[in-house]
Amino acid sequence: MNTAKNARYLRRRFWNVFNLGMAMATTLFGLFWLVWILWTTLSYGATALNMELFTGDTPAPGSIGGLRNAFVGSLLMIGVAVMIGTPVGILAGTYLAEFAQGSRLAAVIRFFNDILLSAPSIVIGLFIYAVVVVPMGSFSGLAGALSLAILLLPVVLRTTDEMLGMVPGTMREAALALGAPHWKMIVQVSYRAARSGILTGVLLAVARISGETAPLLFTALSNQFFSTNLDKPIANVPVVIFQFAMSPYPEWQHLAWAGALIAAMAVLVLSLVSRFLIKDRSPR
Amino acid sequence: MKTKGVAFVLGVMSLGVAGLAQAETISAAGGTAIYPVLSKWAETYQQKTGTMVNYQAIGSGGGIAQIKAKTVDFANSDMPLKPEYLNKDQLVQFPAVIIGITPVVNVPGIKPGELTFNGTILTGIYLGKIKKWNDAAIADLNKGVKLPDMNITVVHRSDGSGTTFNFTNYLAKVSPEWRQRVGDNTAVSWPVGVGGKGNAGVAAYVQRIPGAIGYVEYAYAKENHMAYGKMINAAGKVVAPDLATFQAAAANADFTKVEDFYMILTNQPGAQSWPISAATYILMRQDGDKTVNAGVLKFARWFLTAPQAQAEARSLDYVPLPKTTVTQIEAYWKRNLGQ
Amino acid sequence: MDDTRDAELEMRMVAVPSPAVPSRISPARSRRLHAMDRRFRWLTGGLAFLVLLLLVGVALSLFLRGWEAFHHFGFAFFWSDAWDPVTENFGALVPIYGTLVSSLIALLIAVPISFGIALFISELAPEWLRQPIGSAIELLAGIPSIIFGMWGLFVFAPVLGSAEPWLNDHLGALPGIGALFRGPPMGIGMLTAGIILAIMVIPFISAIMRDVFLVVPAMLKESAYGLGATTWEVARHVVLPYTRTAVVGGVFLGLGRALGETMAVTFVIGNAHDLHISLLDAGNSIAAALANEFAEAFSPMYKSALMALGFILFIITFVVLVLAKLMLWRLGQGQGKVGL
Repeated sequence: MNTAKNARYLRRRFWNVFNLGMAMATTLFGLFWLVWILWTTLSYGATALNMELFTGDTPAPGSIGGLRNAFVGSLLMIGVAVMIGTPVGILAGTYLAEFAQGSRLAAVIRFFNDILLSAPSIVIGLFIYAVVVVPMGSFSGLAGALSLAILLLPVVLRTTDEMLGMVPGTMREAALALGAPHWKMIVQVSYRAARSGILTGVLLAVARISGETAPLLFTALSNQFFSTNLDKPIANVPVVIFQFAMSPYPEWQHLAWAGALIAAMAVLVLSLVSRFLIKDRSPR
Repeated sequence: MKTKGVAFVLGVMSLGVAGLAQAETISAAGGTAIYPVLSKWAETYQQKTGTMVNYQAIGSGGGIAQIKAKTVDFANSDMPLKPEYLNKDQLVQFPAVIIGITPVVNVPGIKPGELTFNGTILTGIYLGKIKKWNDAAIADLNKGVKLPDMNITVVHRSDGSGTTFNFTNYLAKVSPEWRQRVGDNTAVSWPVGVGGKGNAGVAAYVQRIPGAIGYVEYAYAKENHMAYGKMINAAGKVVAPDLATFQAAAANADFTKVEDFYMILTNQPGAQSWPISAATYILMRQDGDKTVNAGVLKFARWFLTAPQAQAEARSLDYVPLPKTTVTQIEAYWKRNLGQ
Repeated sequence: MDDTRDAELEMRMVAVPSPAVPSRISPARSRRLHAMDRRFRWLTGGLAFLVLLLLVGVALSLFLRGWEAFHHFGFAFFWSDAWDPVTENFGALVPIYGTLVSSLIALLIAVPISFGIALFISELAPEWLRQPIGSAIELLAGIPSIIFGMWGLFVFAPVLGSAEPWLNDHLGALPGIGALFRGPPMGIGMLTAGIILAIMVIPFISAIMRDVFLVVPAMLKESAYGLGATTWEVARHVVLPYTRTAVVGGVFLGLGRALGETMAVTFVIGNAHDLHISLLDAGNSIAAALANEFAEAFSPMYKSALMALGFILFIITFVVLVLAKLMLWRLGQGQGKVGL
């Protein structure tokens, strides 16, 4: 009898160790890819990091240059996207958190907002092509910015909604008890309290859209030259990386990796900053 | 470092302002075959005149679509449009430069110019009938060359391409089976293979996949030191792709006999002719804005006649058009665009 | 959450009469301020409604522009494997097949791995290790997808290309499923796309799994431990059944992500409008086809066919995401707490 109990116990212990070992192995496996990809980006990109990258524009094949026009174009488009998408996202999130909490409408909007958030970005690009590029008659940085704004909006909305929801009821009640109109309470109490959280949401959204390529492929296209004109095609980092990486020219490929490295670092920095901002929030 | 930073920002801003203030921009789209030389011309032209010619290489098919939709100021296509199509959409076309399309391979041990192809072999490969590099047909033509027992991976274009048009046109001319099964156009239903985006994409895939074969404009093969192949032309002679053989093919081009410069230069007679040559065309709108068209024509006049532009073209193995053709083109402009 | 408290607040706001203390604000000003309330409410409400409008707008515009193709080809559009821009004969079968197969491969790889990672973080790892590893895995989610594509083409494809002959020889010889592995060792193709998608999707699925594993009531687990269960047994027989619905929801969320991924797939799937059984062969996905061909589609029917593909992709991802959200809600996680 003892041996039987021992055998089963040993078997159970074996499976336990085995599966937990597998769990550790899979974690190492996941980390392995991360390290490999980051290492590749770092090593390939670092070789092309120099001052020329920031002062020169995208070169013709065989010439030397940099990515200045792409950086500027991307910053412009992201800036416009933030200017359009952030107020909309914050105000819409405010509605969900302050005026409609618990209601069915809020639940429906939250549900579909999450769908919009995970929708394929290329489909958003098609939409903007149909409603902006075609009527305008040309590709433009503005169309690109609009597609980025649509991608930014759900993230900001959701974070605002969550962060405002975390503002303690006592603070709200205190303001209202003092006779403040609802909107003033929201602006001066709720917003102020949730300020860093909302900012985090914006930063995360920016991190997300800074790497988006697909929607820009048929809205902003690209531009060989330096330009700040938003109603014409404008250079931007993701599309330039795409063009250059798929090309057979070594100098273009180096530039593509350098651009990729910058983009990855930007995302990393934004994520770290937003994580730092949210550090002293109440635990999620 | 800080002063450098401030100077940099100020520099960017001033350039931006300067850019906004005076630079004219010409927007264009079209094939990737002309891209290496056109982007070089655009760079030089901007240094000389400040005008920025922004050319997006999205394939000849895309260029044609864009100029039809009036979303660009001029387009480029390696496939000329027939006069009736031009009239229907109020377009004009004229050649810019002569190009040569060459097969490129990635076979271990094979150096540039070592392999020789003919139309039958290329057709066989692209139809999927010839599957290995040491196939008898290839070995016969390449006696003495060490061919490995390796699968052939066919690379073609995934986008609408004038390069494809000329390549498939050549195959259709030499193979009735190809003509019937696949035909010739900017995009076809390829029996086998992997699709690369643009000449650059095809070149990139061929570089990466051992055993691959593709077709690219010669400048791509040359600039990237790829193993291009020689070909047997209509006269039965073996020719290598270079300025001389492209020029020989183009020598047959008598544009006075055709309307709107419509001429296909594949499989031309002549002992020195490269079998897959083509003229690449600029398309403009007849009803386009007069000032815009004037700007485009100024650029075109420059690259057709300026010695520096011609030298840049030759350095990339593009054949500039002879003076007689340029005169014809200028007369064409006067007739059709009033300039 | 603060839901109940805020609901109370809402009620109290309505119920409280005007204060007995004389107001120091003039009635006109007070009316103005409260009118602002209504306007503010309408403004924010309208913008919130915009979200719904956008979704409907996207679906509608895609459908309307794809209608020409749908109408012309009818239902045959869905199972035709033709793609001839010249004769304008288009069929959606190859891109749909590629989208589904590459995503399926991604899930087959990603789900067990994500489970392992989530298990490790929630049950095995010491407290101090949890945050760093969780953050590291989330970092994988933040890397722009174009980098995955570049890495896939430049670094991973050659490696896989040298491994593929081995696959051909050993797995290709098996009866039945061997056909999946008998193909040209190009390094790019359906399998490569599937693997890269798996890596991209792992952070999403594992983040959700980890979150739901952590909310399993301690009492449930402790009771099992009390009966002498091993950690693995607790995971398999207590945690997993409890979180089953949410886990499936997380998987579906990952699926939704994989279906819509464009850049990473475009680089390595090979862009061939052919239906191949072999995973080593090239294929196409809806997103890759759109990325490659849309800007250059030179005829209205071509554009319409691509828009129709876009509509199909939208519907597929919409259905998958709706199912995912419904399943995640079952465990009270649907209020948006679960990772992006």
